[in-house]
Formats: sequence, C-alpha cells, structure tokens
Amino acid sequence: MLEVRNLSYQIRGRKLLNEVSFCAKPGELLAVVGANGAGKSTLLKLCTGELKSTTGAISLHGRGIETYSEKELASFRAVLPQQNSVIFPFLVSELVLMGRYPHFDFHPSEHDYLVAGLALKKVGMWEFASRVFTTLSGGEQQRVQLARVLAQIWDTSAGLLFLDEPTTGLDLLHQHQLLEIAREFTQKGFCVVAILHDLNLAAQYADQIVMLRSGRIEAIGSPHEVITVGNIQRVFNLSVWLVNHPELACPMIVPQQHQFSEHN
Amino acid sequence: MSTLVVVHNPPAKTGVPPSLIKRSINPWLMPALGIGLAATVVFSAGIGAVRVSPYEIGLIISKSLGYTVDVDPAKEAILLAIRLPRVCLAVLIGAGLALSGAAIQGLFRNPLADPGLIGISSGASLAAVMMIVLEVSVFQKLTGLLGMHALSVVAFLGACATAFLVYRMARMAGKDVITTMLLTGIAINALSGALTGIMTYLATDEQLRNITFWSLGSLGGASWTSVLAILPFMAIALVGIPRLAKSLNLLALGESQASLLGVNLKRIKRQVIVFSTMAVGTSVAVAGIIGFIGLVIPHLIRMGAGSDHRRVLTGSALGGAIVLTLADSLSRTLVAPAELPIGILTALVGTPVFLWILFRERRRNLS
Repeated sequence: MLEVRNLSYQIRGRKLLNEVSFCAKPGELLAVVGANGAGKSTLLKLCTGELKSTTGAISLHGRGIETYSEKELASFRAVLPQQNSVIFPFLVSELVLMGRYPHFDFHPSEHDYLVAGLALKKVGMWEFASRVFTTLSGGEQQRVQLARVLAQIWDTSAGLLFLDEPTTGLDLLHQHQLLEIAREFTQKGFCVVAILHDLNLAAQYADQIVMLRSGRIEAIGSPHEVITVGNIQRVFNLSVWLVNHPELACPMIVPQQHQFSEHN
Repeated sequence: MSTLVVVHNPPAKTGVPPSLIKRSINPWLMPALGIGLAATVVFSAGIGAVRVSPYEIGLIISKSLGYTVDVDPAKEAILLAIRLPRVCLAVLIGAGLALSGAAIQGLFRNPLADPGLIGISSGASLAAVMMIVLEVSVFQKLTGLLGMHALSVVAFLGACATAFLVYRMARMAGKDVITTMLLTGIAINALSGALTGIMTYLATDEQLRNITFWSLGSLGGASWTSVLAILPFMAIALVGIPRLAKSLNLLALGESQASLLGVNLKRIKRQVIVFSTMAVGTSVAVAGIIGFIGLVIPHLIRMGAGSDHRRVLTGSALGGAIVLTLADSLSRTLVAPAELPIGILTALVGTPVFLWILFRERRRNLS
C-alpha cells in the first residue's frame, strides 16, 4: 500500500509538487497522467525514495518511507526506468538476474535462476536469454528491463511496482501486454503505480487515475471521474471527444479536428 | 476485466531448466588463466642470463622449505634473491593495476577509463619525484621514521591526495560527477606533468636517474622488502575489490537503478576509489608508472568472459598478473644485459591493442 499525504517538493524556490495526497491500495493499478512538466516524474521519484520530500509524508505498507533501509526497500519495491542506458554488453539472462541481487549475497540460488527464467518467459523474451542486451532493439530492451523488475519482486506478497512511462518504445501489442502483466500482478496483491501518457491506456487499465497539473492534483478517481472533456481541456489544453469503448465500460478519447489552425 | 486478445505465454508451472540461463560464456577461461599464471611464473623465474629449469626451480623451492636436496648454490641465490621477488612483484602489481582498472571502468560506467586517466598514477609519481628532488626536512624525517617504506608511503599519499582532489572538484561541479571526474583528471594529469617537469629541471644527475625510473616504470628495484612493502595494500585491494562485483554490475544499469536495487552509491564510490588508490599508489611507489595494463586487460577479459564483474574482476587480476610478468621477462631479456623500462614496453604493445579495441567497438556500434 502506498499512501501520500500533503506532499510538496521544492527545488531552487520552484515548487514542483504542491500538497499532493492520494492512496493506492493493494491490488490497485494507479495511473499518473498529466502534461509535460506537471510533476509526474518528481512524484514517482519521491515515492520510490530516489528524492526526499520537502514537506509531507509518504508511507509504504503503513510505515514512513524514510524508516526503510535501501536494502529493505529493494526487497519489495521495484522501478521500471524510463531511460535505460546499460553500459557494457551484458547478456539478457545476466541482466534479468540482476533483479534478484537484493535476494542473495554472492551466488544466486536455484530459485533465483528459476525466477529470472519465469520473468523472461512472462514478457516473452525467453528466446533472447543468451543474446547480448545492448544489441537488442529499444522495445526488446524495455521488455527485458520489465522482466528484471518483475524478477526483483516476483515472490513478494505485497510488492510495489513503479512504471515510469513503461510503454515508451513498445509496439501496440506489447503496450497492452505490459499493462496486462501489470494487472496480473495487482491480482496477486501488488500495488502498481504507472506514469502513462496515453490516456486511453490509462482509462482501460487503471483502477484509479491521478491527473496532475503544474504540481497539483487536478482530478483524482476512477477513469470515468477523471477522463472528462473538461479535465482534459484544462490539463492538456486539447479539445477531445469522449466515446465509449465498444466492449469495456471505460471512456476513450478522440482529439477534435482543426483545433490548432484557429486562434483559440 | 479485459476480453482483449493478448498473446502472452501461459504461466509456466514447470521449472525452467536453470542450466539454460546459468550458462556462463566460457567456463574454461578462469581455469585457463590460473594455469597460465602458474606457467608464466615458472617461465619468468627461469628465463634470464642464467637459465633455471622448472625442475630446478622445484628443487630450490623445496630446499628452502626445509627438504634436503642437492641444488646449484649460484642458481639458488639468483632465484631466491633476484628472480622470485621480481616475479612476485610483477604478479602483485599486474593484478592490482588490472583489477583497479576494471573496477574504475565499472564505477565510471566508462569502458575507456583507467586509474591513470583520473590522475592517481601521476599524483603518486609527482609525490615520489618531489621527495627525490626536494630534500625537505619533512621528507628526511619521514625517511628516518619509516625507512624503506617512506617513498612508498609518500607516493601512496600523493595518489590519495590526487584522487581526493579530483573527486571533490568533480562533486563541486555538480550533476554529472563521473564525466567531470574524467575531465578533472586530465587537467590534474597535465598539472602534475608540468610540476614533474620543474622537478626534472631542478634535479641533479643522480636524481634524474631516479626520476626516469618513476616516469617510465621498472621492476628492477625488486627485492623481498619491496614485495613485503606493497603486499598489505595489494592484499586489501585484491580482496576488497572483487567483493564489490555485484554493486558494479548494478551500476551498469545506471546510478539510480543501482540505488533502487539496494546499492549504497556513496559507499561503493568511496570503496572503489580507496582500493584502487591503494593498489595503484603502491605500485607506482615501487615500480613507477606502468601504463595500459589497467586499461587494456579488463577489455580483453570482457571479450572472453562477458561483462559480469564477478568474472571480469577476477579475470583481470589473473590476466594483469600474467601480462605484466611476461612483459617484465621481456624487458630484462630483450636488450640484455641492459633493461628496457617496462612502461615503454607496455605502452608499445598496449597502444595498438587499445586502438584495435576502440575501432572494433566503433564498427560494432555502426552496424
């Protein structure tokens, strides 16, 4: 469980986050959306412990984040990075096994190898296990990174999974596959927090959406409550149509035509 | 919730054969390096103006261990007093230089970094040269106090001071500590080059000889005392650095991911810099600047053993020991009875190898 209360973050007099509060329960997929520079990444970094907040509190499973050691956090909290810059030509299997590093001292156990293998299968990259990571395409690299992150918290009962723009570089199939996998883990009791740029993906997969606008929460709630024409107009400055998903009970957005050619 | 058709593998209940994922790149590499090192030591101890066969080496060593066997006393004296300490020194220094090179490349996330580039070796050499030339009372007191260790200690302190200075300055510059550290290192290298130049200008003929020794490197001064002088420092580095292998692997994912996976960034940076400074500082202290070992050996090992630091670090230590021992054998036999400074030899061989690696990587990146 992730609970954020009155969180503010300030750097060089500029307020990047202002009194943000929300709560993501176990079994929930929470999507964070908002325009560029709205503070999404800052929020994520605060929640993962990479940054320390100026004011406010973040608690994980009921305990303040500052009371955990780096090692403790690594055992149940994993973060899929937005950028990956792996130096040195590691093998895919070696890279996925790195996700198990918090769980062994020097030599991985059979169980660690097993988990790494299962995670690779889960993302459909098992055939690539003995390939060199740096020679893969961007989307393939992203899926291997996902496998690494999943391996890290694979057998935790209440894991916290953070995804920072996870669909970057993925094709349509793998975008949906990634979010399907994320949902599957929420059913195991995980709490997943994902920064998403695609509002349709957020609407389809999220249980709760946090919409940020210049460091403040503009809207929070279920996809139906947050994905509205008004909110999107205010946050993204874009006029859209809302249509119903043909199968699911979730809204989909379609941008209106000709809104950039006219002045206003 | 979703009826969307998503193609993904069914959750595998049966265990994945771990052997598939476990397969290391070359299981024979480490044993081969170990055997190679043993062979190199025997070869290097035997070669020279007086040849000592491996059998004789065995006899002499077993005699010094207390067995009563018949050996040639001249060969015994040469082996025990001259060859063996020199080989031991080459093994220790080669291992230390290559190991710290590998660790620094891992820490800097830059395969082209080496202890020389960030100024550790030039700082050590500058301190040693200053001690040789400037007969300041501080240095004389130190010599009285520490005897034969004094020069090593001063060179080591020089290495520490430079490493610390480069690290602090890089941190002051802000965000990208690692790149700034490389650039600062280049500046510090140039500065200590200039200061060493001044010292050379001030030096007497006798001191000049000593200075040449520092700047070109030589194992000619090897003795059991010099081996014992660097042994504790090298031992700490040789034991300490391989223990950081996991953290160095995680650093390859980037600093933030490493810290999210439980690596204490501050501690690992400090440890790598302290251990490398120990290894490089003491090796410059007894043998002068020996370039390219720390840069080239880790690359060659990575080509054969992959990128996992648990193999790269051990492999580099073994590989460095082999290469430096061989290079030293060459340096004392090529132009016998004179000696070629070993730094010249490693640079002559190292430069083409380095360029080859560089172009090989370029070509691979393009394709």
